[in-house]
Amino acid sequence: MTLETPARVELDAHIPEGPLADKWQNHRFKMKLVAPQNRRRFDVIVVGTGLGGGAAAATLGEMGYNVKSFCFQDSPRRAHSIAAQGGINAAKNYKNDGDSVERLFYDTIKGGDYRSREANVYRLAEVSTNIIDQCVAQGVPFAREYGGLLDNRSFGGAQVARTFYARGQTGQQLLLGAYQALEKQIDAGTVTMYPRHEMLELVVKDGRACGIIARNLVTGEITRHTAHAVVLATGGYGNVFFLSTNAKGSNVTAAWRAHRKGAYFANPCYTQIHPTCIPVSGDYQSKLTLMSESLRNDGRIWVPKDKDDKRSPDQIPESDRDYYLERMYPAFANLVPRDVASRAAKRMVDDGYGVGELKNGVYLDFQDAINRLGRDVIEARYGNLFEMYENITGEDPYKVPMRIYPAVHYTMGGLWVDYNLMSNVPGLFVIGEANFSDHGANRLGASALMQGLADGYFVLPATLSNYLADMLGTSPEPVDDPAFAEAEQEVRDRVDTFLSINGTHSVDWFHRKLGKTLWDYCGMGRNAEGLKHALKEVQQLREQFWTDVRVLGESESLNQSLERAGRVADFFELGELMVRDALHREESCGGHFREEHQTPDGEALRNDDDFAYVGAWEYGGPGKEPCLHKEELVFEHAKPAQRSYK
Amino acid sequence: MALDLTLRVWRQSSPQDPGRFETYEAKDINEDSSFLELLDVVNEQLIEEGKEPIAFDHDCREGICGSCGVVINGRPHGPAGHTTTCQLHMRHFKTGDTITVEPWRASAFPVIKDLVVDRSALDGIVQSGGYITAPTGAARDANSILVPKTASDTAMDAAECIGCGACVAACPNGAAQLFTAAKVSHLNLLPQGQPERWSRVTQMVDTMEDYFGSCTNYGECEAACPKAISIDFIAMMNKDYLAAKFKDQRRQGQG
Repeated sequence: MTLETPARVELDAHIPEGPLADKWQNHRFKMKLVAPQNRRRFDVIVVGTGLGGGAAAATLGEMGYNVKSFCFQDSPRRAHSIAAQGGINAAKNYKNDGDSVERLFYDTIKGGDYRSREANVYRLAEVSTNIIDQCVAQGVPFAREYGGLLDNRSFGGAQVARTFYARGQTGQQLLLGAYQALEKQIDAGTVTMYPRHEMLELVVKDGRACGIIARNLVTGEITRHTAHAVVLATGGYGNVFFLSTNAKGSNVTAAWRAHRKGAYFANPCYTQIHPTCIPVSGDYQSKLTLMSESLRNDGRIWVPKDKDDKRSPDQIPESDRDYYLERMYPAFANLVPRDVASRAAKRMVDDGYGVGELKNGVYLDFQDAINRLGRDVIEARYGNLFEMYENITGEDPYKVPMRIYPAVHYTMGGLWVDYNLMSNVPGLFVIGEANFSDHGANRLGASALMQGLADGYFVLPATLSNYLADMLGTSPEPVDDPAFAEAEQEVRDRVDTFLSINGTHSVDWFHRKLGKTLWDYCGMGRNAEGLKHALKEVQQLREQFWTDVRVLGESESLNQSLERAGRVADFFELGELMVRDALHREESCGGHFREEHQTPDGEALRNDDDFAYVGAWEYGGPGKEPCLHKEELVFEHAKPAQRSYK
Repeated sequence: MALDLTLRVWRQSSPQDPGRFETYEAKDINEDSSFLELLDVVNEQLIEEGKEPIAFDHDCREGICGSCGVVINGRPHGPAGHTTTCQLHMRHFKTGDTITVEPWRASAFPVIKDLVVDRSALDGIVQSGGYITAPTGAARDANSILVPKTASDTAMDAAECIGCGACVAACPNGAAQLFTAAKVSHLNLLPQGQPERWSRVTQMVDTMEDYFGSCTNYGECEAACPKAISIDFIAMMNKDYLAAKFKDQRRQGQG
């Protein structure tokens, strides 16, 4: 099987001219505006109400655009951003510890293993400070010092404390801030909210995105929605693995439907495995639970030096413990980036040093911190996380160390966008985790919230206006246009097919199988042989799915199996693309670790000569191979070097 | 240890259907699994038997999104206390137990299907004033607003509300005082929330009264709240509501 597909077109990222530090400000001045009195003449669809979509819809509504906002949950407040625990980065330098926009930029580029776009990352670092200002103005109750100033903590991949947080519920509080702003606009009539609606098709007419087809999940009604532009803020695709830290409903369908309509999917193999999650405990398991990276501020990670040590952890003396991160990476120690920490844990467990009944975890120990700071301080910092851990495992982490193991958490890949966050399909914008742009091959902790809000509050509203300005005086495409009718028919046909197969296995049965294959061969470690095997297995499983899945009930009412069937069908296609992407990228970088490409001490070995590009895949059609397009990455400021956290 | 259980689950195909309980056996349930994972197992069983699975709302399964919530043996979110249904683990039950599972019961939360209810009235309360007006881009430097740590911490205690609706389901009157008070208090305690303080409390309470029953201080809401939000916030809201009614709003520029 050959996968070497020659690149056809170089993608143009439309990066503005000029010095890195001035690009965004220059670009903002050069972009066209839409005058306040004209904004109500434009309709914009925003799909997803997490930090990206919620912030965007609220901001666009407040600016005066007519916004239609969609989410599959019963309320916009439930988007999965709500589950982010640890914090949000910003280059405020309130701690006077040497932070700056340049340093946040540099840390993010290095953390992403030199696979992200410099101009985007610099802009992200630049607007990070505005985000904190905006959120505080909205009433987000960030943690504070006794003097009333904002507090900060440290996160992985940084040697400064630049992370703002609200207990262990930072994502919740930031999302509620955006949600409240959105509800205000709904009340004002600038935003029309469509909860319990799922986008099932993108409508493209004459090469431009002009609307979506959505299904009302309560009544089953399939409806057409038109607009001057469509914004996807639909999150990541980690649930392709079945077991992940994502919410059960998180899915790739909106992005995948757009991909099938022409939008390129970039770097799908860049998936992040988060080092600190609660290990799997049985076959019944429906999801994995994250324990915030912030715990690595005070927790120490270790395994027994003796593989067969059967003693309970508190009986194992210091001399018999291996604090392996502190040993291997003295400079960053327990705060190395996520990909590094995850691989180290995998190595320990693979080598037989795992702890717990199933020997599938490592210890995260707070005893030193409790002795040094007292239980009260630890409780104030992480109380809710400790409680959650005890709830799930039945063990008290104040007394015995937590057991943790890596789990799928975030996906750096996503739909390809240019500097303006527009995909290669004009009029289709993609923000937040759904796009590929800012984190390269590995995302640093506390940077997802930063990117979602940067895109939603500050970047998209400016670049979208620039796009709309040229369309002044035009009406959105009428919904009786054949392009809408065709897209709607596709949706109806798919729904009918699912309900008519009446096979033998449930949707979840297939999803678990797909997830296991991907985790085994396209998870933390990948090699050519395994990937080729996975490709075949995924294809076979997909064929079986389309002839043997059992979806009961009807389409004219709430039918959760039907919803899941559509999502899993798309995960099958995405899973295959992930494997292809992982197979073609003959290097290791960030979250993509090809076992054939590693340094003698087991670190990721990049190949900058051949792979310093974004791999953006074009849909080839049903059953056909996709076509690869390359966007070369140019590093003028942060020169690629082997990442060292030693 | 594995559990063998009998489940009595409320099944209702549509809002018009009067609904009824159906009984299912669930065998060999792992005690480390969550309550929703128990429902997953039962659903897989039902699909195998060719019966439609039980519909229930859920998403994050980490106790933070507020999607899930059913009444278990008469208690919203079940017997453990201060937990969401997704974080309720089966080790709280014993083999041979019969467990009754129902949707939230409140006139403001009509049943959509089985265990799924419509909680959009809660969004309506937030729309009426549960925000601080802060147009994007207009904010000043974050550290120029000093917030006393105690105020910030108390605001956070209130802001932890996940909007699941258990407080309403637990209340004999179907009142939403705890939900509303949590949002009012979060915002009214902060310096940033002061300009809209009085209008916020008035509008939110008035909107709440349109949908929900009245509070008669049963206190069931606090006991059912997965985040243990204190009913002290209801007192705080009532105090602000009264003050707002007595204040000369016009003199404060809000008339």
